[in-house]
Amino acid sequence: MSGATKRRWRDVPLAVAMLGPSLVVLTAFVLYPLGRAVWLGQQRCNVQATKCRSVGWGQYSDVLMSKEFQSAVWVTVKFALITVPVGLALGVGLAVLADKHMRHIGFFRTVFSSTVATSVAVASLMWLFLLQPSVGVLANIGWLNDIFPVIKEPGLLNDKGTALSSVAISSIWANLGFTFIIITAGLQGIPRELQESAFVDGAGGWRRFTNVTLPLLGPTLLFTTVVLTSRAFQAYGEIDLLTNGGPVPQQSTTTVTYLIYGSSSIIKSNEGLKAAVAVLLFVILLGLSALQFRGLGKRVHYGS
Amino acid sequence: MFSQGKYGRGVASIRLVGVSKHFGDVKAVDNVSLDIADREFMILLGPSGCGKSTLLRTIAGLEDPTAGEVFIGDRMVNDVLPKDRDVAMVFQSYALYPHKSVRANIEFPLKVRGIDKTERAEAANQAAEVLGLTPYLDRKPGALSGGQRQRVALARAIVRRPAVFCMDEPLSNLDAKLRAETRAEIVALHHRLEATFVYVTHDQVEAMTMGTRIAVMRDGIIEQVGSPQEVYDRPASVFVAQFIGTPPMNIFPAGALEPGAHLVGGRPEDTTITRDEGVVATVVLVEHLGHEAQVVCAIDDRARAIVRMNPSDDLPRNGDTVRLSVAVEARHRFDSSSGARID
Repeated sequence: MSGATKRRWRDVPLAVAMLGPSLVVLTAFVLYPLGRAVWLGQQRCNVQATKCRSVGWGQYSDVLMSKEFQSAVWVTVKFALITVPVGLALGVGLAVLADKHMRHIGFFRTVFSSTVATSVAVASLMWLFLLQPSVGVLANIGWLNDIFPVIKEPGLLNDKGTALSSVAISSIWANLGFTFIIITAGLQGIPRELQESAFVDGAGGWRRFTNVTLPLLGPTLLFTTVVLTSRAFQAYGEIDLLTNGGPVPQQSTTTVTYLIYGSSSIIKSNEGLKAAVAVLLFVILLGLSALQFRGLGKRVHYGS
Repeated sequence: MFSQGKYGRGVASIRLVGVSKHFGDVKAVDNVSLDIADREFMILLGPSGCGKSTLLRTIAGLEDPTAGEVFIGDRMVNDVLPKDRDVAMVFQSYALYPHKSVRANIEFPLKVRGIDKTERAEAANQAAEVLGLTPYLDRKPGALSGGQRQRVALARAIVRRPAVFCMDEPLSNLDAKLRAETRAEIVALHHRLEATFVYVTHDQVEAMTMGTRIAVMRDGIIEQVGSPQEVYDRPASVFVAQFIGTPPMNIFPAGALEPGAHLVGGRPEDTTITRDEGVVATVVLVEHLGHEAQVVCAIDDRARAIVRMNPSDDLPRNGDTVRLSVAVEARHRFDSSSGARID
């Protein structure tokens, strides 16, 4: 054994001692539960989950092929396809509007970012009051009801065609504060001279937006897209409070998370299946984030 | 090749009439009037916060004046957008688009104006040629040195042949050697382009070497306008006298050199150490610069004076008591309360 190697081995106890605390925390709260979930995913349990037995890893492929899981994935994808682009566009729009040197602009910035301080429960209840078909605010606007009778009968949250979009709107609203703050920070990182230079060179507002603002916002947009996608795939509170995964029997708002955890989920009393779905969701999200960073990351300019 | 303003309207004079720019209670520019002739290289010189950049931005159209009128040529441009003023602006930070290639950066002003592709490429090639950027056209600004980036900014400004060039401390981010080189290049560019240049700087060496005229600014007003030599030879105030020239002009207290209530100034090269007449002072520092020595003297608690001497002369030592004088014909006289020149 060479001297250098010997010295390295001598450092091992110290290294273990230094890594110990975070290793313990990581193991107890991340690695062990993750491993346990993966293990649970191939078990079948009784209703109280007091007795479980292995039924083989084939349970994962059974879940993957099941109609319920595939429907939930499709609902989740639709939910993400609505919330991410719309949320991003609204966030960028509001941030650009508020990125002006104007009197009292701070008031609008506060308003636009206020939803970060609103819990999912409060936000969902508020939307429930807005959308409620008999006494809700929307239900009391006569002309709107004439154009969209669905508002009163059966109600936006109770119609299989509008339920998912309605939940998506509440989710977009709740996430808007976060998007607004991140994009505003990104905008403030763009040197003012770049905009001024383009302005003197004759670029109008739209051209400055597409040639200067958007490209330099690239890293911020990528980050926000990844976070919003991951949030869309994990959305639970608003679905639980607004639709309970319904309307039944189509289950048109049963997303993957709701399938795992929801109180009206078809697999609510099967711990093994729930674990299997959760592990599959983890794999999907991991793959999706990697795709986003690799696919979009190449087109993002990180400055000099 | 750049003699005719192909996309713009050609050369233009600038006239500022009573221009003010206030930010809240701060008067950044306060009732400034200035005439800049066609093809002139006008320097706006002053310490930071004197309003020189604000004045330049008002000419370019990036600031709306609070009061007064801005003319470019015969046209009052107060309500004219920057893009229609026929001006180009060069910033201290270069303001290059980091995601675009050097070529795309240079072509951008033409692209915005809807010039077709081949003409754009040709104009960009010419501009790059003038500034020695041809080998770097396909690179991103991030892959260039500071000096090269500043050339790209200059190329982007000249490519559309504007009548007026506004430059806001374009050399301040460069190191000393590069600054001297680029200084000469900008002067050459001015000769070649036959356009009006307005150039903001706090560096009096740039002002002296580059400008056809200098406007010295302080606290939002112009203290003096004149050719570099005029400003040096006949400074209009104590402020100008001490801002232009290194080391700055010595100012002797009223009554010290000659009778009267006015201040007397003398350039360090005109100030001499004499035997038995002049102001009594104490030597506090002798600096050897090789080609000369600078003797720093304290006249009293407040006033200091610097004497430039030949290093081979018999130099005084720290703590020596000396007498200082300025030849009568080399004296500048200033009012002791306003600081204005008395003649």
